[in-house]
Amino acid sequence: MLELIVISTLNGILFGMLLFLMASGLTVIFSMLGVLNFAHASFYMLGAFFGFQISRWFGFWPALIIAPLLAGGLGALVERFGLRQVHKNGHVAELLFTFGLAFAIEEIVQIIWGKSPVDFRVPPLLDFPAFTIFSTNYPAFKMFMLLVSVIIFIGLLLVLKRTRIGLIVQAALTHPHMVGHLGHNVGRIFMLVFGVGTALAAVAGVIAGPALVTQSNMAGLLGPILFVVVVVGGLGSLPGAFIASLLIGLIQTFAVSMDGSLAGAFGPLSPDYAATWLSDIWNVTIAQIAPIMPYLLLVLILIFRPMGLLGTRDT
Amino acid sequence: MLQVQDLHAYYGKSHILQGVDLHIDVGEVVSLLGRNGVGRSTTVKAIMGEVPPHGSIKFKGKDIAGLPSFKIAHLGLGYVPEHRDIFPGLTVRQNLMLGIKDPRKPGQWKLDDMLDMFPNLAARADTAAGVMSGGEKQMLTICRTLMGDPELVMIDEPTEGLAPIIVQQVGDLIAEIARRGVAILLVEQKLSIALRISHRVYVMGHGRIVFEGTPAELKANDAVRREWLEV
Repeated sequence: MLELIVISTLNGILFGMLLFLMASGLTVIFSMLGVLNFAHASFYMLGAFFGFQISRWFGFWPALIIAPLLAGGLGALVERFGLRQVHKNGHVAELLFTFGLAFAIEEIVQIIWGKSPVDFRVPPLLDFPAFTIFSTNYPAFKMFMLLVSVIIFIGLLLVLKRTRIGLIVQAALTHPHMVGHLGHNVGRIFMLVFGVGTALAAVAGVIAGPALVTQSNMAGLLGPILFVVVVVGGLGSLPGAFIASLLIGLIQTFAVSMDGSLAGAFGPLSPDYAATWLSDIWNVTIAQIAPIMPYLLLVLILIFRPMGLLGTRDT
Repeated sequence: MLQVQDLHAYYGKSHILQGVDLHIDVGEVVSLLGRNGVGRSTTVKAIMGEVPPHGSIKFKGKDIAGLPSFKIAHLGLGYVPEHRDIFPGLTVRQNLMLGIKDPRKPGQWKLDDMLDMFPNLAARADTAAGVMSGGEKQMLTICRTLMGDPELVMIDEPTEGLAPIIVQQVGDLIAEIARRGVAILLVEQKLSIALRISHRVYVMGHGRIVFEGTPAELKANDAVRREWLEV
């Protein structure tokens, strides 16, 4: 039991930090540009595939740097020459643009790398168990993923709170026009934020690629959970995204590893149910419903606290 | 310094500005008066490009009509909007720092000057600006724009909704800005302040300038006051 708790907590935090790498960009982009970027998870996928390709040519370590830069550069171009043009036609057009972009990226990835998973491996340097708790070997690569996420989290916080550009970004979150009137080039800041946001998603892709599966449907698998994180945390709130990422990371990993059911908890009290039409619900285990738990949370949050845990705006 | 000729602006299909002409010289204090809804705020918004302008707007001889607002700001035109758009999550000090357009070129207004002039701001330099009173926020927005060292500053309704004693302080600040040689375009409803500090006044009605003259001339002209200003 203790083993389960320790391992699940580690995995949950790890998954949560990965989610945060992506959700932080998504939520900041939403605050500033007022548009939910449906293609955000696609940049995570691009990160993974770029990482795979570059690590074949030059090795994993150059890939860890180059892949996010490439994806971030692409993101900046998408903002400058795509979103900014579409912006003139309103939010619906922007939403549809990012929606279409997500499909386009998925198709392009399939054309280049095919539909089946690619062989993106953990670099040999990190391919050993970091430590053994009880009987489980915890892989060093996962600790590395955690380390990278934490470093980026701290770096992001320092840049936002301590640098002039960070202050301008914070100001533009609430009052983009005023920031322009004070002489700051808001368009360039938007492009920068979009570029950095997509680059962060790509970092998540490069480090998650070898640990999870690098495949052309990985954006589709992760995208919806990302929106849950951003909505639960509160659209536009970075601390909210952080808490929600960890929360959902932990909920999911714990739920997957639990096999309790209603029958298990109350079974002895009312054995009759087990034979009725309710038996399906009665016998379903927590692990089986784990995938829907984030969405259940999303629904509950939208009903009882629509602005999210730490959100301030009521959009 | 600023020449506006035949300026038109629209909100959707409504024709708000119907040919505004005005000009401001170096170091001059000019007030734009008029009742609510005659287009005073729209005039300054159109000059800053926040509302799409149609017509000629020249600042220091350069055509600025329709330029992005950050470029207009860099030419030396400051704008204090009417809603006191402070950045609520940042501290007073950070708000002021963001007024600086280029940290490598310090202007005549220094952070310490501002804090010396306004003990209220100094006392709260490191608290979040969002918790301040309306008057303090107003002072902060004006000071923040001054940090960018404008040659002309357009201030929209600075005294709206403020207590009389604060109105007095805002008036003093505007007088101090003028004393330091910065030209001012003041959009106001309160005649008392406008007439006290202005060199010249414009009165607007129905999207046009209907009177131009000195404060003394406006005081003497009962007909204009009655038709366009008094409620």
